[in-house]
Amino acid sequence: MASIKVDGTLVEVPDYYTLMQAAEAAGAEIPRFCYHDRLSVAGNCRMCLVEVKGGPPKPQASCAMAVKDLRPGPNGEPPEMFTNTPMVKKAREGVMEFLLVNHPLDCPICDQGGECDLQDQAMAYGVDKSRFNENKRAVEDKYIGPLVKTSMNRCIHCTRCVRFTTEVAGIAEMGLLGRGEDAEITTYLEKALSSELQGNVIDLCPVGALTSKPYAFNARPWELNKTESIDVMDAVGSAIRVDSRGREVMRIMPRVNEAINEEWISDKTRFVWDGLKNQRLDRPYVRKNGKLQPTTWEEALSAVAARIKKAGNKVGAIAGDLAAVEEMYALKGLLASIGSGMTDVRPAMSGIDPSMPRSAYIFNPTIAGIEEADAVLIIGANPRKEASLINARIRKTWRAKNIPVAVIGERADLTYTYDYLGEGFETLVDVAAGKGSFGEILAKAQRPLIIVGEAAVSHADLGKQVGRDVIALAAKLATGANVAEGWNGFALLHNAASRVGGLDIGFVPHDGGVCSADQIALAGKGELDVLFLLGADEYDMSAMGKAFVVYVGSHGDNGAHRADVILPAATYTEKSGTYVNTEGRVQQTARSVFPPGDAKEDWAIFRALSGAIGKPLPYNSLAQLRSALYAEFPHLANVDEIAAGKVADLGKLAKAAIKTKSAPFGSAVADFYLSNPIARASAVMGECAALAAGLRQAAE
Amino acid sequence: MLADKDRIFTNLYGQHDWRLEGARARGSWVGTKEFLDQGRDWITNEVKGSGLRGRGGAGFPTGLKWSFMPKVSDGRPHYLLVNADESEPGTCKDREILRHDPHHLIEGCLIASRAMDAHLAFIYVRGEFIRERQRLEEAVQEAYDAKLIGKDNIHGWDLDIIVHHGAGAYICGEETALMESLEGKKGQPRLKPPFPAGMGVYGNPTTVNNVESIAVVPEILRRGAGWFSSIGRPNNVGTKLFMVSGHVNRPATFEEALGESFKDIIEKHCGGIRGGWDNLLAVIPGGASCPVVRGEDMMDAVMDFDGLREKKSSFGTGGMIIMDKSTDIIRAIWRIAAFFKHESCGQCTPCREGTGWMMRVMERMVEGRAQKREIDMLFSVTKQIEGHTICALGDAAAWPIQGLIRNFRDVIEARIDQYTYSSTSDGAVPSIAAE
Repeated sequence: MASIKVDGTLVEVPDYYTLMQAAEAAGAEIPRFCYHDRLSVAGNCRMCLVEVKGGPPKPQASCAMAVKDLRPGPNGEPPEMFTNTPMVKKAREGVMEFLLVNHPLDCPICDQGGECDLQDQAMAYGVDKSRFNENKRAVEDKYIGPLVKTSMNRCIHCTRCVRFTTEVAGIAEMGLLGRGEDAEITTYLEKALSSELQGNVIDLCPVGALTSKPYAFNARPWELNKTESIDVMDAVGSAIRVDSRGREVMRIMPRVNEAINEEWISDKTRFVWDGLKNQRLDRPYVRKNGKLQPTTWEEALSAVAARIKKAGNKVGAIAGDLAAVEEMYALKGLLASIGSGMTDVRPAMSGIDPSMPRSAYIFNPTIAGIEEADAVLIIGANPRKEASLINARIRKTWRAKNIPVAVIGERADLTYTYDYLGEGFETLVDVAAGKGSFGEILAKAQRPLIIVGEAAVSHADLGKQVGRDVIALAAKLATGANVAEGWNGFALLHNAASRVGGLDIGFVPHDGGVCSADQIALAGKGELDVLFLLGADEYDMSAMGKAFVVYVGSHGDNGAHRADVILPAATYTEKSGTYVNTEGRVQQTARSVFPPGDAKEDWAIFRALSGAIGKPLPYNSLAQLRSALYAEFPHLANVDEIAAGKVADLGKLAKAAIKTKSAPFGSAVADFYLSNPIARASAVMGECAALAAGLRQAAE
Repeated sequence: MLADKDRIFTNLYGQHDWRLEGARARGSWVGTKEFLDQGRDWITNEVKGSGLRGRGGAGFPTGLKWSFMPKVSDGRPHYLLVNADESEPGTCKDREILRHDPHHLIEGCLIASRAMDAHLAFIYVRGEFIRERQRLEEAVQEAYDAKLIGKDNIHGWDLDIIVHHGAGAYICGEETALMESLEGKKGQPRLKPPFPAGMGVYGNPTTVNNVESIAVVPEILRRGAGWFSSIGRPNNVGTKLFMVSGHVNRPATFEEALGESFKDIIEKHCGGIRGGWDNLLAVIPGGASCPVVRGEDMMDAVMDFDGLREKKSSFGTGGMIIMDKSTDIIRAIWRIAAFFKHESCGQCTPCREGTGWMMRVMERMVEGRAQKREIDMLFSVTKQIEGHTICALGDAAAWPIQGLIRNFRDVIEARIDQYTYSSTSDGAVPSIAAE
């Protein structure tokens, strides 16, 4: 600890603190543009200049100078800094004037207006008229992709975007070209950025140089209703803020959640909002004479009720990637009332057995815990595509501690270097036996992180045993002899928001039910009469035979095309739903807009249907549903908490006999931008996907 | 005035053999091993005692700088980095050393490296110095071949010298930008602290010295610190390479003692001012970044660090730019402003935005197309840049204009008046150049 006087107030701070942090600790505010907590220090905007005593006799950049860089006074007095002296005021006003001389006065047509750091700080440090009588600099706008719009006249060269893309996103594609007045921020070859985290540069840009292209000129920040919610595009559950105007979602922004996404979100999370408006199912449909006809709720519900009554307990249900816990709970209850246990939330032939303990299907070490790992093994996953922010965390840890990382499965650019061990099961067996150099590293590691991807756990063609064996081997690696007390490194990386919640409430085959693949097979053979698809679109729709398919979901995607009855439901921005992320963390979305047309919240649809078949579910409101849910599964009541899995359970799993000989691991997410019905309905995501696949040349 | 026997650079004009043979004949590489054997503290103290101040412009005591290097290595190697990126307009001394006396520098590198426990020295040569680099490389190779440097050399202190070629950016003469450039990155100054002695090239302790500072060290040790400190006046001792360009009868680079008067130096080495002393308008005493001084103020100036500080200017590198009364002083300073605008790295705000602004106002003032109140505005802009930037380029860009306004405000005002009076009712103005 070191003491320092800030404007006369003595504070005790750690000596590695920068002067800016010390000032904040003392309650003094320091303006800044280039400084950002999560990026390296550039010290180039010069807005944070302060006066120091015990250091050089000129104003110092408080973001770059540490408390320990200052010398105490002659009699050992603590060093002093000042944030409000005439010298500081003059320095800041000078810098502000320089920033404004070449900054266009186009705030009225700038999308950053109202949330612009330069605008805000000019109110505090700017002067009311310009002394600059020359022509302003003109800079050509750059093409850096379909997501980020540039207006480079406005750029103040803070280099936050450059530092973010190189440090956090891990792509060396952006830089400051040229020098002096002619310095320009651009992608080196004016190509689209290839990162799936690029949208964050929009938030980082302190001015309107980088703004959101899809959102351009759509709304002003002060017109928007801001709803704090949770993202469901992947199983990470990033904290988001949904900005809406009237009945429309206008944009999605990140919120800070240190435990999950820090303050970044992936591009799919950020730009998927146009998919919330396209291809929506806004009224019920019933198939008549082979064609889907719009109809009323009464008719649709009675059509379904009639089939269910006829089917007895030959009714199945598959939940898709975006289903919330509440609706799965209601659907499970509905099926239970007619004596069916045919529910499943897992992809086809998943090795996650309903009998497995919680620690076998969650990301036990937690996302923040990645930073404590001392070796990482990724099995059958491409975290960059499946959970971009978990990948960013691994990269952060790799950059900070240079931990060894190895991959078994798909060889992909993960933005950090890793040992590529092999593509399949045989390699995993070897590593688990401690063979090879990485096997030795893992055997010695005290905090090994074993990430098991969906592609290693689910093998539609090879059966369930492969996944079970993968889990067993991973559990063995995670519970090695040298593993530190209290560390649980077994990390199952799900790629769908619904998965852990569904597993938690037992939305898996029970009481004689069968798994999703078998349900479809039974339907194909005519042994399953009614099949509910709760937003499930990732299955083979042509294999369902003559089964009566009821699609409950929000978008006209694969499932809706096959459906015999469509019951229109709400998306995650239109309902309050509980989701459990891959860590096992319980979170809730919040409603920011209403569902379109006649669409209803999913749980209410099942409640209405239960009434139509004469076996009403015992709740009439979301609150009643939740109290029933919490009574049955108490851990779901603890929002934002994780009910930790037990390491001992893993030890038991690790002892299972391995039966598989060989199996390749691929990647579970074929196309990052098109992985769910909302994303597939988004034109922006479509453009990104085309660009990523190289189908389209960069325009402009 | 400096006696011939006291000269260090005895082949400054290249009349003699620059190779190892010739250098040895002139006294280089004599007794080097004995100096090295006396250890790093002895060398550092000797250089401290000689009173040598850095020859690159800032005049920081060289021995003191060396003593900032860690006494005991924490495992990281130490480096010596010689700054041969001589780009300051008006300065042309290091190139003479590189092409005519390279062995002074190489021997100096060995001794300085001993003084800072370095086994690797980099010499960063300015991009435009192509022949100079070739000659230096040849000289380094000679030294390797003669086992003067390198592994297991005859001096018993291993030293490798790497000659690195810059790409021609002025800013890379700034020590931290130099290190960035050497590392293969974009030449942009680093934030200080950490200082190079703690974290320099590749994060290792590094001392950056000017070519001349290093090249004079062997002679200082050979003749003794007392000899060096007896030349000049206290705090400003030793010999120094001076460069005089501009309106003198014989522009020249020469070695002279510090502390001589400006008038004597010009008379002795340059044959006086073109058109006589009455024709002297202004002097930039130490390279383009030093404030300009009026001719009459220079008459009694003493040419050393303190002497020119008294004149509110700076000794800089000793590269004097002499301007007689045929000079358009506003245009001359505008040209310097244009130089700094062109060479600003663009990293930090005041310099990036301010150098262009100053240059454009100066551009108008050259014509007189300005308001008199803009003179004060320009001055305040220079003050807004000075001291607010990461490196000293901002200061360097501000000082010449401050010097101009301080000393030649009357000329600027007269130019503005002339422009205003000669304007016609429809605003068309005959250009100054046409007159």
